[in-house]
Amino acid sequence: MDDFLKDITAQEYKEGFVTEIEQDYVPAGLNEDIIRTISAIKKEPQWLLDFRLDAFRKWQNMKEPRWGHLDMPEIDYQNIIYYAAPKKDSDRPSEIDPALMETFDKLGIPLNEREALAGVRPKEDRQVAVDAVFDSVSVKTTFRKALADKGIIFCSFSEAVQEHPDLVRKYLASVVPSGDNFFAALNSAVFSDGSFCYIPKGVKCPMDLSSYFRINASGTGQFERTLIIADEGSQLSYMEGCTAPMRDENQLHAAVVEIIVEKDADVRYSTVQNWYPGDAQGRGGILNLVTKRGICRGEGAHLSWTQVETGSAITWKYPSTILKGDYSTSEFYSVALTNNYQQADTGTKMIHIGRGTRSRIVSKGISAGHSQNSYRGLVRMNPGAKGARNYSQCDSLLIGPLCGAHTFPVIRNGCPSAIVEHEATTSKISEDQMFYCGQRGIPPEEAVGLIVNGYAREVLSRLPMEFAVEAQKLLSVSLEGAIG
Amino acid sequence: MEMLEIKNLHAGIEGKEILKGVDLSVGKGTVHAIMGPNGAGKSTLSGVLTGRPDYKVTGGSAFYNGKDLLSMSPEERSWAGLFLSFQYPIEIPGVSITNFMKSAVNARRKALGLPELKPAEFLRLLREKMAFVQMKSEFAKRDVNVGFSGGEKKRNEIFQMAMLEPSLAILDETDSGLDVDALKIVADGVNALRNSERSFIIITHYQKLLEYIRPDVVHVLKEGRIVMTGGPELADKIWKEGFESING
Repeated sequence: MDDFLKDITAQEYKEGFVTEIEQDYVPAGLNEDIIRTISAIKKEPQWLLDFRLDAFRKWQNMKEPRWGHLDMPEIDYQNIIYYAAPKKDSDRPSEIDPALMETFDKLGIPLNEREALAGVRPKEDRQVAVDAVFDSVSVKTTFRKALADKGIIFCSFSEAVQEHPDLVRKYLASVVPSGDNFFAALNSAVFSDGSFCYIPKGVKCPMDLSSYFRINASGTGQFERTLIIADEGSQLSYMEGCTAPMRDENQLHAAVVEIIVEKDADVRYSTVQNWYPGDAQGRGGILNLVTKRGICRGEGAHLSWTQVETGSAITWKYPSTILKGDYSTSEFYSVALTNNYQQADTGTKMIHIGRGTRSRIVSKGISAGHSQNSYRGLVRMNPGAKGARNYSQCDSLLIGPLCGAHTFPVIRNGCPSAIVEHEATTSKISEDQMFYCGQRGIPPEEAVGLIVNGYAREVLSRLPMEFAVEAQKLLSVSLEGAIG
Repeated sequence: MEMLEIKNLHAGIEGKEILKGVDLSVGKGTVHAIMGPNGAGKSTLSGVLTGRPDYKVTGGSAFYNGKDLLSMSPEERSWAGLFLSFQYPIEIPGVSITNFMKSAVNARRKALGLPELKPAEFLRLLREKMAFVQMKSEFAKRDVNVGFSGGEKKRNEIFQMAMLEPSLAILDETDSGLDVDALKIVADGVNALRNSERSFIIITHYQKLLEYIRPDVVHVLKEGRIVMTGGPELADKIWKEGFESING
């Protein structure tokens, strides 16, 4: 099979275009003045500016984490633009630039509600509301009014600060403290926009909600913040997608997502991560350094993470759950695919505090080309987590001889009645499988796509339907050129 | 011109020569049986004809409908109408038979310049061919060969053959590991597919299957060469007297 595989691959990245649009920038660099400027642009209350400045001071005393199995390039934090926003037409400040509408259209994200209702999706119950973020600002949040009728708040983070300051103040940094880690501290200091969502008690959200993040400007980073609160007995399915132009430079994406799940509430958070992965020689690509964490605060709360990671030059990301409420449950389902010179160090933390809490981890790594793919996970059973259980399954699939797959599972069981199970496998796409497909007329690239999608099926089947179809295509496209 | 014309074919694996000058002609619409003891090169022959990458051809030629078979990739040979029923069918976890066959059927149609089958058309074809080998409909949802019994695997091969409608099908030890009932289902399937356009090469070292599928020609492969060719009665002779009685 070795001569059959090519290690240098040419990838097709359909979302790599640039939108020509005039933007407002703050000067490159990071200091208190920049933070004050960002806060002033957003007309923030004093407490939020104080929060940012406090985070900045913490960050100045922190060091970049180096424990990941990653060869991280030097990041010059003084050479990044921390805020870039499309210029508004001063005569019509509330109108969205057609170039932006066009951009999101091209990405398959309809911002026009009427169109979205009429055409693309057949049934109204499969409707998806979206908060579309372009560089540092939210361009539009769809279906706000329809959702508001049910008492649901779904808006950009900046709007939430203005319109629901008490909720934001109560929950901001309640799951990810500003000094949690280097990149979370950076985000807390400079975050520009993101999505905010509150589902009131007993409400089942009538449609899937989503955030779509688009990086466009060069020399910038994106630092968005998502805050989701699911009150008692509520239900929510949330999806997140992202893309960026193809550039030779690395661009930084350091986001924070916090999810609060109250008693008997149910949140499913799905991500299809398709940031620009860099070219076949490993030039450029997004550095995706993200902190995502949820807390199951009340009894019987449920939080499920599903992620399909195909993009980014470097992924450093561990969506985690704190299982505080008794009998609360959480899952982490992940497919991480790396090709060419991509590197991923991703996994999860399940922190069991409450009694009878349960968690399940299913991680499927796929490495091709010269890429390095690591699963890193922590399962912790606190002394009070009586009868808690975790099951973890970490599989790695290798395509070609030059890539690497690594597993770093850590288990800390401080409770005698808690049970932790861990299974791991490493496999290759066999020459026999390739020949069997070939004999049936399926060419090599298609065969790899088929086999990889089969391998990832357990995770893909957890995604909302539209997302699953997209993810399947993405897995095949991301492997284009992995086989000669 | 014969459908398949093999001349002085030499091939081996990891530097060891296994086929040492095979000559074989298969005409359109005929059924050929290739018998031979273990290690004679029967599976090597089927692997070389279908393009298994671990076999290396060291000499000779194989032409299929006038095309140089040995220069074609496995999928090109498949599109040209060649089918192999595997002795040991391969598992593909997470891929349902439906998806697998959809990929295979449509890849072939694409290669032949035909439009893809619409989902409804495909499902109709799938149901029809499953009934043909007496497979229950839930079978189509199972992962390819994962957890299949020996009989189910072989029936799945015949089902795929029916789906792809090859012009030349090679059945490599399709009878091994089958009980009489399964053997009969497989044989009925093959017999129903026999017609004046389609040829078969049935590789076996028992004559049992040949009682159900009567071949037109029987060849004996021994030590990498066809040492004897005859009619169906040759199979009966081998069954009674053993391969030792055949001397090239």
